[in-house]
Amino acid sequence: MLLYIWVGIAGMAGALLRYGLGLAVSESWGGGLPLATFLTNMAGSFALGYLTFWLGRRPSAHPYTSMVVGTGLIGSFTTFSTFSVENIQLFQTGQTATALLYILLSLIGGLFMSWAGFRLGSGVAKGGAAS
Amino acid sequence: MNHMLLVAAGGFFGAVFRFGIGQWVIKQTSTAFPLATLFVNITGSFLLGWITAMEPSDSIRLFFGIGFMGAFTTFSTLKLESIQFYRKKQWDVLILYLALSYFVGILAALAGFVLGIR
Repeated sequence: MLLYIWVGIAGMAGALLRYGLGLAVSESWGGGLPLATFLTNMAGSFALGYLTFWLGRRPSAHPYTSMVVGTGLIGSFTTFSTFSVENIQLFQTGQTATALLYILLSLIGGLFMSWAGFRLGSGVAKGGAAS
Repeated sequence: MNHMLLVAAGGFFGAVFRFGIGQWVIKQTSTAFPLATLFVNITGSFLLGWITAMEPSDSIRLFFGIGFMGAFTTFSTLKLESIQFYRKKQWDVLILYLALSYFVGILAALAGFVLGIR
């Protein structure tokens, strides 16, 4: 039960960070590509990949860390529903090319960021053994 | 300030529901396929499409849209799970998972949108 409350509190922080980043970016960006969601999702994919594999090398870490920070904070920071709806809005307003670019960049970019997080977090990129 | 409270409250429940569904699925099945993430992303996309099309008040948009649905669905976990399939060289599962998430997720948002407009 307590774990659920911690995940919820971390979720509050993740949602607020996403909201804040959205306000900061939308004020300085007028383009068609939904940059705020894109940047959020890229940063979060890297962070979750890094955290998960970094924790994998640290068995002494508290067992809640991955659930609270990974699932709660980073999971709530990134979002898929906003991504889906933004695409529908781009298609609806005739910005088909932007929508397709957004989907492709998110698909490939997110995989790359998560992979980079895994490489750095597991120490592979520094020459250590993969866990 | 009020805006931040609404987003935070929605984020609390969105994260708890996503976590709860994940824990429940782990207990029910032994499959390695990320059913929980797929489920939250598809249903969340549908519901956010529906909410958006209804053109709700600012409070509803901040609590349910940005807070709850934003936190209920997740992008980072989808990518992490994909990288884990990549590491195990389970290419068919990787492609199936990505195709289902993106294709059905965006279609679900469209379905929600169409329902919300009427």
